[in-house]
Amino acid sequence: MTIVNRLLGALVAPLVAVVAAMLITSVVIAASGSSPGEFWSIIASAPADRVYVNIVNQASMIFLSALAAAIGFRMNLFNIGVEGQYQVASYAAAIVVGAALLPGFLNVVLGLVVAMLAGAVWAGIAGVLKVTRGVSEVISTIMLNAIALTLVGYLLNTYGLRAGNSLRTTEIPEGSQLAGWSPFLERDGAIWTLCVLAIVVGIAFSFVLNRTSFGFDLRATGMSETAAVASGVKVRRMIVISMLISGAIAGLIWMPALFGAAHTYGSTFQYGLGFMGIAVALLGRNRPLGIFFGAVLFAFLNEQSNRLTLESDISQNVVQITQGVIVLAVVVAYEIVRRRQVAAEQRRVRTQLDAAKPTTDEAVSA
Amino acid sequence: MSTLIAEPAPPIERAGRSRWTWVLVSLGIVVAVSAVRVITGEHEIDTPGSLRAALIATCPILMAALGGLWAERAGVVNIGLEGQMILGTWGAAYFTYFYGPWVGILGAALLGAIGGALHALATVTFGVDHIVSGVAINIIGLGASRFLAEAYFADLDGGGPRQLTGLDRPPSVTIPGVSDGATTLAEQHWFIVSDIASVVSALTTSLNVMTVLVFVLVGVSAWVLWKTAFGLRLRSCGENPQAAESLGVNVILYKWVAVVSSGAFAGIGGGFLALVASSGFVTNQTNGRGYIGLAAMIFGNWRPGGILTGSLMFGYTDSLRLRSTSAVHALLLLVAIGLIVLAIYRYLRGSRTQAAVFGVAGALFLVWFLATDSVPREFTGMTPYLATLLVLAFAAQRLRMPKADGQVYRKGSAG
Repeated sequence: MTIVNRLLGALVAPLVAVVAAMLITSVVIAASGSSPGEFWSIIASAPADRVYVNIVNQASMIFLSALAAAIGFRMNLFNIGVEGQYQVASYAAAIVVGAALLPGFLNVVLGLVVAMLAGAVWAGIAGVLKVTRGVSEVISTIMLNAIALTLVGYLLNTYGLRAGNSLRTTEIPEGSQLAGWSPFLERDGAIWTLCVLAIVVGIAFSFVLNRTSFGFDLRATGMSETAAVASGVKVRRMIVISMLISGAIAGLIWMPALFGAAHTYGSTFQYGLGFMGIAVALLGRNRPLGIFFGAVLFAFLNEQSNRLTLESDISQNVVQITQGVIVLAVVVAYEIVRRRQVAAEQRRVRTQLDAAKPTTDEAVSA
Repeated sequence: MSTLIAEPAPPIERAGRSRWTWVLVSLGIVVAVSAVRVITGEHEIDTPGSLRAALIATCPILMAALGGLWAERAGVVNIGLEGQMILGTWGAAYFTYFYGPWVGILGAALLGAIGGALHALATVTFGVDHIVSGVAINIIGLGASRFLAEAYFADLDGGGPRQLTGLDRPPSVTIPGVSDGATTLAEQHWFIVSDIASVVSALTTSLNVMTVLVFVLVGVSAWVLWKTAFGLRLRSCGENPQAAESLGVNVILYKWVAVVSSGAFAGIGGGFLALVASSGFVTNQTNGRGYIGLAAMIFGNWRPGGILTGSLMFGYTDSLRLRSTSAVHALLLLVAIGLIVLAIYRYLRGSRTQAAVFGVAGALFLVWFLATDSVPREFTGMTPYLATLLVLAFAAQRLRMPKADGQVYRKGSAG
């Protein structure tokens, strides 16, 4: 019974949230004088082949980003800095891979390692500041996001190559480019090879959290820090390590696109994946499976909304409202479900106690 | 009984001392700035024009910081300031276009307050984690402002899917006589005299009414939060909501009021960007200023005087880098002097390690100043964030945020 209840609780909240978001989006569209029906028919229509490919690519990157955020969230560590971490990491990787120090495939591995290291270092600053100086990771990662943006901008301005109106890093050598697999026609684009990273990291995430003592310690710290400390978990060490892991995963976010299509860090860099990942992590309740569905949903909304501009007078930005409302609604719904479960538990205990009471009274009278 | 009467004396003494300290510090800053200006010949660091630009750059940050102060004093962390500010830019543009700048300011406050209400609903009523709700509100704010701009501004005069220009501005005031005299005096580049004249000139020449309003709001907020019963109760919700509730304070209501006000202030900050700081509305106009405001609030130790100092500092560096890169280079010398003075002060107060840290930092800045000719433009953009990180890292013991800040409170948990 409790398992059914829990499952119901886990499913009801996201469903309610999505329905609420759909309602609110419809109201917003109607209020601005457009037709919600038109909006939903465009969004829900079958995607073109090209769009399917884009959805897979985008969902993979969002999934990685959400995992990066989720590992911190699982131990109540708010790494808001995924955005800055993957920026720094993507730039570092693009530089190193562009330098072509190693041939072909080894260069790709080197790039991934550099990206993970750079992301880990950037996140590690916040972790170290937290454990040594007691600085809230929320504030430090927000600051580090802004610093990353300006720092990478400065480096690109100073050392970048000019390409048309914008600056970029050296293109990665052809031998290290990983075009991917085209399920449809060539012109519909390819699913990038490194999207496989999402699967690998997803499985690793699940394994580490559920099957290792480190994962157990991490979850224990998230549920009750005092209990974790009492059972011998070194919380400070855990904070630094999980920040490093979070940053390392964040470093991988843009790698599929770098090796698959962009080939250089420049104007094609996709901003905003970090914040979207945070939203998806919250939506998926920091579980890989939930995050998977969340990532697909967000990627689907993003890609389908591109058609709004061509086929209707509705701004495609409306899906951002939808996404934001989904996140807000889902956390509210989770909280309400949790409170109801707690209340139900209390009621259950009380009825049991009440049922037990007469016997003690009898015992006293006897 | 006698101890009870004697007790209030020390705070009064301290207040008196700190007032003199402030006068001395301000004087010291003027002397230092003036000296740096004369030594480097970079008059741009405090011409009336620079100071005016700094004032305009300060106001949005200050309003965001003030919004943060209201929310966090009532115990609600509001990182949704950025989103509320963005909503404010749209509100200001829309209402100014149709009803003029005064209603525009109210519109900015209204849209920001809606964002604040959303945050209050999630965090105060439903007990959602404050950071989570803030992140969501930033996403909604950005999306909503873009969507609303495209839906409402595309067909307007001077409008487009991403902008609305040609808005009426709130009026500006120039005090005749004083303004001209001060400006002339400032242009003489005399030691100290011209620096003070610059300040006077900046404050008396085409000073926008909305700028005045911003500073009035800060003053009024300081008074309300610290000198009224309402403010005491509001702050008690941020320090110890259980105790507040047991004394009959409606904690939920106070938190709501604080967070909605917080959003309104952030919204006004956004409105300032659209109406005064630039020539109209553009999407994503805030460009992270909500976060800088948050930084200014932490930098300012959750106090009105502190957030004013932080915002002025961040606003000044932000505006100077757009006016003159060589003046930014001169700032290095100013920072070096400041750090060395701080090192001496800490040394005299007996804290040698801190003195050493400040001394070394000051020396490094001095070397940087002497060894280079310019500072990359991007670096000044980092100042607010780096300064806040450093303050948090090295002065965290001196910072004191409201005790129950960020904690979810449920009615009746006083037991």
